[in-house]
Amino acid sequence: MAGTLAEKVWAEHVVRRGDDGAPDLLYIDLHLVHEVTSPQAFEGLRLAGRRVRRPDLTLATEDHNTPTLDIDLPIADLTSRTQIQTLRNNAAEFGVRIHSLGDADQGIVHQVGPQLGLTQPGMTVVCGDSHTSTHGAFGALAFGIGTSEVEHVLATQTLPLAPFKTMAINVEGQLPPGTTSKDIILAIIAKIGTGGGQGYVLEYRGEAIRALSMEARMTVCNMSIEAGARAGMIAPDETTFEYLRGRPHAPEGADWDAALEHWRTLRTDDDAIFDVEIELRASDLEPFVTWGTNPGQGLPISATVPVPEEIAEENERVAAERAIEYMGLIPGQPLREIPVDTVFIGSCTNGRIEDLRSVAKVFQGRRKNDDVRVLVVPASARVRLQAEAEGLDQIFLDFGAEWRNAGCSMCLGMNPDQLQPGERAASTSNRNFEGRQGKGGRTHLVSPLVAAATAIRGTLSSVADLAADDPTFAALDVAELDGSPLAPLDPQVPVQV
Amino acid sequence: MEKFTTHTGIGVPLRRGNVDTDQIIPAVYLKRVTRTGFEDALFSAWRNDPGFVLNQDAYRAGSVLVAGPDFGTGSSREHAVWALKDYGFRVVLSHRFADIFRGNSGKQGLLAAQLAQEDIELIWKVLESEPGTEVTVDLGARTVTCRDIVAPFQVDDYTRWRLMEGLDDIGLTLAHEEDITAFEQSRPSHKPATLPAKHLPTVEIKAARPIALPITPVGR
Repeated sequence: MAGTLAEKVWAEHVVRRGDDGAPDLLYIDLHLVHEVTSPQAFEGLRLAGRRVRRPDLTLATEDHNTPTLDIDLPIADLTSRTQIQTLRNNAAEFGVRIHSLGDADQGIVHQVGPQLGLTQPGMTVVCGDSHTSTHGAFGALAFGIGTSEVEHVLATQTLPLAPFKTMAINVEGQLPPGTTSKDIILAIIAKIGTGGGQGYVLEYRGEAIRALSMEARMTVCNMSIEAGARAGMIAPDETTFEYLRGRPHAPEGADWDAALEHWRTLRTDDDAIFDVEIELRASDLEPFVTWGTNPGQGLPISATVPVPEEIAEENERVAAERAIEYMGLIPGQPLREIPVDTVFIGSCTNGRIEDLRSVAKVFQGRRKNDDVRVLVVPASARVRLQAEAEGLDQIFLDFGAEWRNAGCSMCLGMNPDQLQPGERAASTSNRNFEGRQGKGGRTHLVSPLVAAATAIRGTLSSVADLAADDPTFAALDVAELDGSPLAPLDPQVPVQV
Repeated sequence: MEKFTTHTGIGVPLRRGNVDTDQIIPAVYLKRVTRTGFEDALFSAWRNDPGFVLNQDAYRAGSVLVAGPDFGTGSSREHAVWALKDYGFRVVLSHRFADIFRGNSGKQGLLAAQLAQEDIELIWKVLESEPGTEVTVDLGARTVTCRDIVAPFQVDDYTRWRLMEGLDDIGLTLAHEEDITAFEQSRPSHKPATLPAKHLPTVEIKAARPIALPITPVGR
């Protein structure tokens, strides 16, 4: 029978069909663990006298609470220190592999899995974190789970799961220069809304998606959850296989051949039917920025802040009014004229080596705007080392940016990197909720290129705006910056420290 | 999970509707790393009021909470159920429960029993006129008994069966452990494992420090 990619991966993992409407029991190939949502799950195991069934399919890393400065010193915040120490103790007690602060493979859980080659096509991947959808970029079925479910997976390596519906998102055409995968996903969320994907697994398809590098695909799948979807997937292809080849945990020899043969079957059959299909033309896209307090409140950068009176639907109008007030904006104000205090480049959405390379290309030989603080935070320590080996750190420092250690950093207010009340950020992260980046903080979600241009101009800006200001930018080949696969993070690159 | 068939304990009348999970346990307690020890967090804002029901000696050892309608609304935090259980509650009676709270209760062995509001009112009267009165909850018969009041309650069949068998989700899944083991044996060998770890070259990570750079203006 014809099936979609998601249905095929599901079917390959059914341990037991649920009878009488009970959920199917699915096998989990990889369980990623971090310090915030795991302590009570391990405690649950301890209380019930249970063990971790498959420590060899489990990996822990520290990311949410970790500081990005002074990582060689004890963590100043006692609660954070306790949560991290608890993870370390649990990993030791239950035999789980952990990458701790100071380890080259410490970093945001959704970067660590892929860079080690642990995330592979056709797998089921879960983590107590909603951005687990990132791993769907490899053609894996990957989704976030709650603490009880974390415990369930630790104990059984399975999860009872209710069925989902399927949605195809077809992105045809080519991205214009200066637009990126981040603009694709922000445009999709603006189109279908923050609840539009509820109950669905999304599959991103089409020419524009196939043209994306592996890291750019991760950016797209990462934000599936912001459209309400449990998971987002992209069928694996040569780009995927090339990214995986040679990574520490990628299959080798005969296993590689067997894996490849299987991975090539992981695509939606031509005659399969999706419950819903959405179309988007990449060539129509511009750099996207959010103006409001949910990721669906986004517009092309050439637009103006919405005027609530002009919104017919009442709930939407009220939501816009509240968001504009919280964000301290003026209805009708051009988005390009919004000044920011901070530019944050990082997170599981846009803290990878390609993001840093594209930002460095814009920064090179220039200085930041005086009124803007610029924070560059690699998604993992390995990404940091790679960037330093390429000399990107010096470009960031010469630009006037801060170059930090790896972690979730300013994406969420759980570590010292936070916005002050009323402070405004252009952020390459994934959520612009009220207070997400610090109490009273105001967040505009942007692509790394928009973040870089904004750091120079001081107001929300695109690379095209830079070229209009300064002819030397016109020579910058932005077409090369995204949409085309850059060399992936090389795990074996000799690193000089 | 402990099997639940019948439970008898002191009833606590909570004459409030729409008790949200922020009231049951405020967010400040969510940074804890344990699953137990939330008893002090339960209704912590309300417990600052000396007149609050749980501050009265007769109700302090209560284990059956008799609450107004729409109990457990708001945030999905599982901590709300942990706090009720840690305090000593085994049952919450209400006319209506929020879906997520009811689901979380089922996972943790706390019985969320749905009664007619008239019966809740009758039980409140008894518990308030005779503080310390015991309530008996019979899950097999689906009845609540308090003095001469015998009221039926609703709970879905699947949850009732799981509670009576003392099966949590994990216990239920482990009942099919043979299926899991069989599945594991059929997994292809090319699937990755985290152990043994295949380490990349070990490198020392330099700690980043705050920077204080001289800032030179940028020409526009």
